[in-house]
Amino acid sequence: MNVALVRDIVATHKGQRGALLPILHAVQAALGCVPAEAIPVLADELNLSRADVHGVMTFYHDFRSAPAGRTTVRICRGEACQAVGAQRLVDHLHQSGLKLGETTLDGSFTVEQVFCLGNCALGPAAQVNGRLEGRLDEQRLSAILDEAVAQ
Amino acid sequence: MNTPVTVFVPRDSAARSVGADDVADALLRAAKRVGRPINLVRNGSRGMLWLEPLVEVATAEGRVGYGPVAASDVDDLVTGGLLDGEELPQRLGVVDDLPWLASQNRVTFTRIGITDPLSPDDYLRHGGMVGLVRALQNSPAEVVAEVTQSGLRGRGGAGFPAGIKWKTVLDCVDDLKFVCCNADEGDSGTFADRMLMEGDPYLLIEGMAIAAYAVGATEGYIYIRSEYPDAVQTMRTAIEIAYKRGWLGDSVFGSSLDFDLHVRVGGGAYICGEETSMLESLEGKRGMVRAKPPIPAIHGLFGKPTVVNNVLTLATVPTVMANGAEAYQQLGVERSRGTQVFQLGGNIKNGGIVETAFGITLGELVDGYGGGTRSGRPVRAVQVGGPLGAYLPRAQFDLPMDYEAFAAADAMVGHGGIVVFDETVDMASQARFAMEFCAAESCGKCTPCRVGAVRGVEVIDRITAGEHRDENLALLEDLCDVMTEGSLCAMGGLTPLPVRSAITHFPDDFSVKTPSAKEPITTEGKP
Repeated sequence: MNVALVRDIVATHKGQRGALLPILHAVQAALGCVPAEAIPVLADELNLSRADVHGVMTFYHDFRSAPAGRTTVRICRGEACQAVGAQRLVDHLHQSGLKLGETTLDGSFTVEQVFCLGNCALGPAAQVNGRLEGRLDEQRLSAILDEAVAQ
Repeated sequence: MNTPVTVFVPRDSAARSVGADDVADALLRAAKRVGRPINLVRNGSRGMLWLEPLVEVATAEGRVGYGPVAASDVDDLVTGGLLDGEELPQRLGVVDDLPWLASQNRVTFTRIGITDPLSPDDYLRHGGMVGLVRALQNSPAEVVAEVTQSGLRGRGGAGFPAGIKWKTVLDCVDDLKFVCCNADEGDSGTFADRMLMEGDPYLLIEGMAIAAYAVGATEGYIYIRSEYPDAVQTMRTAIEIAYKRGWLGDSVFGSSLDFDLHVRVGGGAYICGEETSMLESLEGKRGMVRAKPPIPAIHGLFGKPTVVNNVLTLATVPTVMANGAEAYQQLGVERSRGTQVFQLGGNIKNGGIVETAFGITLGELVDGYGGGTRSGRPVRAVQVGGPLGAYLPRAQFDLPMDYEAFAAADAMVGHGGIVVFDETVDMASQARFAMEFCAAESCGKCTPCRVGAVRGVEVIDRITAGEHRDENLALLEDLCDVMTEGSLCAMGGLTPLPVRSAITHFPDDFSVKTPSAKEPITTEGKP
C-alpha cells in the first residue's frame, strides 16, 4: 500500500469537519478498498485510536477491506423490488455461480445485495458498476453483465 | 425549417436505468441524418415512470410526449415526424394535459421534468429564488412564523411541524449553528428525494438557505446516501454553480446571510436516515443512534443547535415563502396541511410521483393513479411508509392519506412511499423480512432492536414451521411490545408495525408451510 498516497488523501480532506467518512471514501476510490495497513496511518494522521478508525470503517457496508471484482453487481432486495421478482434475479445469479456477498475467484465479479436504489417504480433494479438499471429480468441482467465484462 | 427543435429526454437516473441515454444519443444521430438541428435538453423526470424514457418535443400546441421510447424506435419515430409532434404509435399528446399529471397539485415538484435541472437561468425563469429573496426581506423570526403558520410538517416520516423545530434553533444563542438536510432516503418504495435532487437541485439549495437565514445558521450539510451517485453529482455541480451566482457563500443576494453548503456521502447504512445517527455519521463516527433528549435542535451537529429536515421539507419552504403561508395552509385536511409527494412503486402498473393534497384515499392512489398491479393480478397488500410501515389489505383502501387517520389505523403515512404487492405475496415472509432487515441494519446500540430483531426472525420461523404456533404468536406479540416500547429510535420501535399488520390482516399466511429455499440476508462481518 502506498502510505504517502493515503497521507496525501488525508491532507486534502483534513480541513473538513468530521472528515473521516470523506477520507475513507477517498481512500477506497483511490485504492479500491480500505486495506488493513491504512488503518494505523489514518489513526495517526487524525489523532484517533486504531480502534476508532476500524470501528467506523466496519460500521458502514460500503467500505471493504479487500478490492471488489472488476464488475460489481448490486441487486436490490428492498420490498418494492421483491414485489416484482427480485428473488428471481438472485436465483439466476446463483445458478450462474455468483453468490451474494462474494467475489468470484478470478476477480471478475462481486455480487452484493442492497436495500433500495430509489428505482421502486421500475424494479427489479440493480446497480452495475455504479450505473442504475431497471425493469430487469434474467435475460437483460445476463446481457448487462456480458457487456460489462466485454468492456 | 432550420430553427432547432427543442427535444427533452430525462436525465433522471430512473429514466436512464431504462435507456434514456441511448435514446438521447439515437435522437442526436437521427436528427443529423434527416438534417434537422435539435436542441436536446436533459430534463428531470415528470414522474410518470412507467412511460420512461419519455421524449418530449416542443411544438406550437405545447410539449408533446412520446413514451416509452426505446433507442431502437428512434429512427422510425424521427422519420415519422416526431420532431414535428406528428401522430405516431407512442404519441401521448400534450404532456401537461395528460389527466394523470393535470389532476395533481404539484407544489414541491412544480418544476421537475419541465426545466433543465442544472440551468440557473431556467430556475429563475420558472419562479426560482422568489422565496429566498422574499425571506431575506423579512426578519428571521417572521420567516419562522410564516413556516409555522403554513402548517408544513416534516416529510421524512415523523411529520413534526417544521416551524416549531426552527423556532427552537432560532431561540438558541450560539455563534455556530447548522442546517442539515437528511437525504439518506433508504426506505424501499421512496424515491422523491432522489428525483428532487436530480431534477431540481437549486430548489433544495434555496430551501436550505432560507432555513439558514431563519435560524441564524452559517453552515449546511446535505447527507446523501451513497446508493444515489447521480444525485450526489447533480447536487455538487449545482452547489458549485450556485456559489458562482452568489446564491451561496458570503452575503447571499447581497444580504447579511453568509451560508456555506456541503454535500456528504453516506456509507450504505440504513440507520443513518435516523437523524441522530446521521449527525454522528456527519461527525465522522459510527452511525449510532443518540438518546433524545437532548434534541438536535438544541444539541445537534458537533453539539451545536441544528435544524435537521428532510429533502422535501426543505424543498417546500421556498414555495411557502413565495406564495405565503395562507396558500399552502389551504391545501390538505385536518392537521395534515399542504401536499404530500406520494410515490407509487412495487408491483404497480403506473408507478411514479403523485403530488396532491393530503386527504386523497389509498385506493384512489393505488387503483386510480396506479392502475392496479403491473402483473395484472389483484392487489393483495400495500405497504405504506417504507419498510417500517404497515401492510394494509384492500379493505383499508378507503383510508384517507392523513397522518392522524393512518396513526389511528395502526399504520403510518411516513414519507408517502406506497409499495404494491399482488396476490402471490406471502405475508409471513414479508413479516420475517421486516425482522431480518432490522437485524441487518440495526445500529446495535439498544437491546430491543439489536437482539429483538434476531429473536423475531426465529419466532416467525417457528410459527410457520408449526412449532407451538399459538404460544409463539403470543411470544411474538410480546416481543413486538418490547421493541415498540423499549427501542431508542424508530428502527426498532416501528419494525413491529409491518409484522403486526401482516398478522392482523393476513392471519392465514402464518399457518404451517414448508421452509422456503430463499437465500438468507447476509449479515456476515457487519455489526
